[in-house]
Amino acid sequence: MGAQKKRAAAAAAAARVSEDPDDLARQPLQAILLADSFTTKFRPITLERPKVLLPLVNVPMINYTLAWLEAAGVAEVFVFCCAHSKQVIDYLENSEWFSQPNFTVKTIESHNIISAGDALRLIYEQNVIHGDFVLISGDTVSNMSLTQALQEHKERKKKDNNAVMTMIIKKSKPSPITRQSRLGTDELFMAIDPNTKQLLYYEDKADHSKGTICLDKMLLAENPSISLHNDKQDCYIDICSPEVLSLFTDNFDYQHLRRHFVKGLLLDDIMGYKIFTHEIHSSYAARIDNYRSYDIVSKDIIQRWTYPYVPDVKFCGNRATKLERRGICFTAFNSEIEQSRSAQVGSFTVIGYGTKIGSNSKISDSVIGEGCTIGSNVLIEGSYIWDNVIIEDGCELRHVIVCDGVIMKAGAVLKPGVVLSFKVVIGERFVVPAYSKVSLLQQPTVHDSDEELEYADNSSGTVEFSSIQGTADQSNGEMTSESSEAHKPKLGTGGVGYIWSICEGGQEEEWRHSVAPIPEDKLTELSEAMDDDQELVTQDRTALSTSGELISDSNASEGDDNEDSKDDSVYFEKEVEATFLRAVEENVKVDHVILEVNSLRLSYNMTSADCAGAVFYSMMKLAIKTPHSSAIGLLTLYPSPFSMVASNAYPIYLSGELQQNTANIITTWQKLLKSYLLEIDEEIEIILKFEEMCLESAKEFSPLFARILHILYDKDILQEDAILRWADEKEGADESDKVFVRQSEKFIQWLREASEEED
Amino acid sequence: EVPKALLPVANRPVLSYVLEQLELSNIKDLIVVVEGADAALRVGGWISAAYVDRLHVEVATVPEDVGTAGALRAIAHHLTAKDVLVVSGDLVSDVPPGAVTAAHRRHDAVVTAMICSVPVSGLSEAGSSGAKDKTKKPGRYNIIGMDPTKQFLLHIATGAELEKDTRIRKSILRAVGQMDIRADLMDAHMYAFNRSVLQEVLDQKDKFQSLKQDVLPYLVRSQLKSEILINGAPQGQQAKENGNDKVSYRILANASTPSFHELYALGPNGSAPVRRTHKCCVYIASNSKYCVRLNSIQAFMDINRDVIGEANHLSGYNFSAQNNIIHPSAELGSKTTVGPHCMLGEGSQMGDKCSVKRSVIGRHCRIGSNVKVVNSVVMNHVTIGDGCSIQGSVICSNAQLQERVALKDCQVGQGYVVSAGCEYKGESLARKEK
Repeated sequence: MGAQKKRAAAAAAAARVSEDPDDLARQPLQAILLADSFTTKFRPITLERPKVLLPLVNVPMINYTLAWLEAAGVAEVFVFCCAHSKQVIDYLENSEWFSQPNFTVKTIESHNIISAGDALRLIYEQNVIHGDFVLISGDTVSNMSLTQALQEHKERKKKDNNAVMTMIIKKSKPSPITRQSRLGTDELFMAIDPNTKQLLYYEDKADHSKGTICLDKMLLAENPSISLHNDKQDCYIDICSPEVLSLFTDNFDYQHLRRHFVKGLLLDDIMGYKIFTHEIHSSYAARIDNYRSYDIVSKDIIQRWTYPYVPDVKFCGNRATKLERRGICFTAFNSEIEQSRSAQVGSFTVIGYGTKIGSNSKISDSVIGEGCTIGSNVLIEGSYIWDNVIIEDGCELRHVIVCDGVIMKAGAVLKPGVVLSFKVVIGERFVVPAYSKVSLLQQPTVHDSDEELEYADNSSGTVEFSSIQGTADQSNGEMTSESSEAHKPKLGTGGVGYIWSICEGGQEEEWRHSVAPIPEDKLTELSEAMDDDQELVTQDRTALSTSGELISDSNASEGDDNEDSKDDSVYFEKEVEATFLRAVEENVKVDHVILEVNSLRLSYNMTSADCAGAVFYSMMKLAIKTPHSSAIGLLTLYPSPFSMVASNAYPIYLSGELQQNTANIITTWQKLLKSYLLEIDEEIEIILKFEEMCLESAKEFSPLFARILHILYDKDILQEDAILRWADEKEGADESDKVFVRQSEKFIQWLREASEEED
Repeated sequence: EVPKALLPVANRPVLSYVLEQLELSNIKDLIVVVEGADAALRVGGWISAAYVDRLHVEVATVPEDVGTAGALRAIAHHLTAKDVLVVSGDLVSDVPPGAVTAAHRRHDAVVTAMICSVPVSGLSEAGSSGAKDKTKKPGRYNIIGMDPTKQFLLHIATGAELEKDTRIRKSILRAVGQMDIRADLMDAHMYAFNRSVLQEVLDQKDKFQSLKQDVLPYLVRSQLKSEILINGAPQGQQAKENGNDKVSYRILANASTPSFHELYALGPNGSAPVRRTHKCCVYIASNSKYCVRLNSIQAFMDINRDVIGEANHLSGYNFSAQNNIIHPSAELGSKTTVGPHCMLGEGSQMGDKCSVKRSVIGRHCRIGSNVKVVNSVVMNHVTIGDGCSIQGSVICSNAQLQERVALKDCQVGQGYVVSAGCEYKGESLARKEK
């Protein structure tokens, strides 16, 4: 129906102008199905079989995706095969998918592709996509209708050519404790414009250490209203315009669909490409991303959320099973099951054809494949057992995944979270520890802890596998015996396979993504951790709040600013001093020094008061450094009209000498200093600077303060106004600040009287 | 020279608008806090003259520069009720304060802030009024985060924070799931506080200066990890009270779903509350309501214009057929026209051939002939000479404009004399004080 509408619209539009977009709209809807997740989450199983072929409630995952695509009105699907491409292609060739009317499935094969980005680039080169397409990975289960999302996408596209992608999202609140969604994916933070539904911010792989989300201020400047979501789940179904492919080609470093592509587009404001979202409410869409989502989606399928893709409805490639009503729950049963009378099969369980169940076995919440043999007194709970598995008497399985052809000898126990890959044999009474993964293949040794290198990692795994594959398939028995000998102790007597050591993330993270429910102790641990977190945050905040400041970051940056400017002025001072000293040594002309200082002033963006201060500072420094001449008693040279308050014990002759030096230097360089003393403010700055020096860097001057002030006055460097105003300013200051005012009291007094006389 | 609260808006002190709204909502015990003794005296004098029989008003004086939080700290011992409504005296609004308090009580919140949309008129041009003007950025006053039901305040950023990237804490987002962030709303400075909480915060955080910038953001930040109801004796009682209220609130509001605060407080197991939370609510004034703060000259002009224009129901006057108000005792010369959205106060005289458009003219003004007054506010006892032209200006009381003065976008201070024939544009004219 969607297609019809679309066609009608397109025809109407084409009547007006036959332009490209209209032609495109008439194109049959295409889809790209990535039959490789480019991750290693499903190892070790995916070393032997591609993820899309793993059975989900006894039907290979890809069938769900393809069946949905067909129902959603997609006309042509390109299945991109990478790892185990031969298996995928073989499977598809033998399935009914190639013979459907109005639905074409084409495969694209490549072996050296390590990411979704590469795959899309390759598809772009093949030039097979002509219009809007659905981008989906082969592990997605959905029953949503694409019509509305597609229409929205097309309308947006017509209005705004930059609207290249529509992402399907669904409401799903992550657990506040584990901070992951029901499907075991990391929590996701999105900012969406509530009116246009434009995606403005996307953060998955959340950095837990950061307690805040940082929204760019431009974002808020442009959008007066934003909804920030933590309760949405990305369905990984995207409706894309053909531009997406070329974008991947343009940005050859885009690898991951979300991490690189979506974030890249959101951050890139030059091209202005926009991503929009479409939220589904009543329909189902989920991607199987890890073991936990495998578990959850399986349960959803059994509980019929994904209708019509449920066990008792025949869709491509599965055999419909009959449902038997047990209380309020359904259990899928087949007539050909040989079930002992005393066996109890609980609710929410699917059991495949030809499976035999022995007496007194209990099965609940589980999926059991075809041709399995289950002995007596076996306990199976919340587990996924694939085809042709032999479970001998007295085994216990709780929340585990058991692949094809596994043999569990009598009394073996699988702890929650265990994954047994193909054809593993577990020895008698052997207990497989929780969360362990067992495979016939040895764990690939190349392991990079950096998650970004997952892709590379994966490719290495693939290569490794393809080399092994032949031997594994052909000489299975041989290898089995071989490895069983080598690793007998590991899996009990008669056990075959390797227990993979847990790598990356370590045990810490295993429980997050495993099929087993999260253990209670982990939950409490986490919630405690969360409390601590909060406490920390709050404490930080209170500390800041009590200090009377506004908010942490504004605070910090202000501090930074201050520091910066402080740094600047320190550097400036040093530069000026260096310039000045050089000038003294090389006898540079005063005019040139002024020029140089001026250029420094400009480059440091300083005021002339700063210059005056800096020049004065360097002059005084020079005065101290100048070797003491023999001039003693030069005190009389500048007889003060008032008596000194020489409180310091600094030798009087030295101070005299120092004063003389200072006087000399001031005389020589007064022109330089004066060129910065345009106003009284700058003169006051000099006095303040001098005061500061006397207190800190050059205490030698402190007894001479009044006298040097007098010199400065005599040399017309300081006007009486400046000195008087400085004195006035100091009036209200602390006692400690007034030391020098006191010292020069007489002088100031004299100045006051003099000025009065003048008046 | 005039306390801000007494600035005339349509010939009534701006404070009267607030008081009237409070009266309408039946809130009768008021404490008017005024900064500075002089101002307090004048405000007190005016209030006692105008409201002596209607409202129970206390006027309290606080020293200058203590900030809004400081002011409340100073008068804390006067407060007795369970909830306290704090309103800024310069708010001209027809949002009933009763609605704010009702929302506050319904949720048993710690604080409820009234939020209104940013006024459309040219507040962005504000800036001429100098230091008093606290406008942050044209058109943006606050960044406000709310829950999807628009009842709870989750994030608020004011002042300098607006210039930076917005940081939103994930913990609260986790608790709520969805947060609507709005940059087009502003805090109208009308808050309902739980008194005991307010006092506790004020006591504990003695550095807090402003309600808007310190207290409110603090309460909002700490709402999931409440520190305030924890110590002190009356807590048990408080908790009990809360419990009772909650029950009644449930019944009243028929709320089947508890708010996220309660869910969050319940912790992972759904057992007894493990975390202390408190609620910060918002009351959003609907767009049809008028709500502007008089915090700049521009706002002053806008409010004056709006009150006699679009929002004329606020002024409480009856409008004539020409959509203007001319006091019966006002005298108009021949060929003088007073356009719509105008107001002419009691006893004002106008000469011949004058024209007044969209302006307010106060009491006992003397206006010569051939005068044009457009988009301006002329306060009381102003003398305007012949042939003056006044556009977009504020003329304070007792000012004198001699002949042929042309003013555009100016402010003329109290008692200032503009000499004949002068032309000013965008200037602030006032008597030199010292």
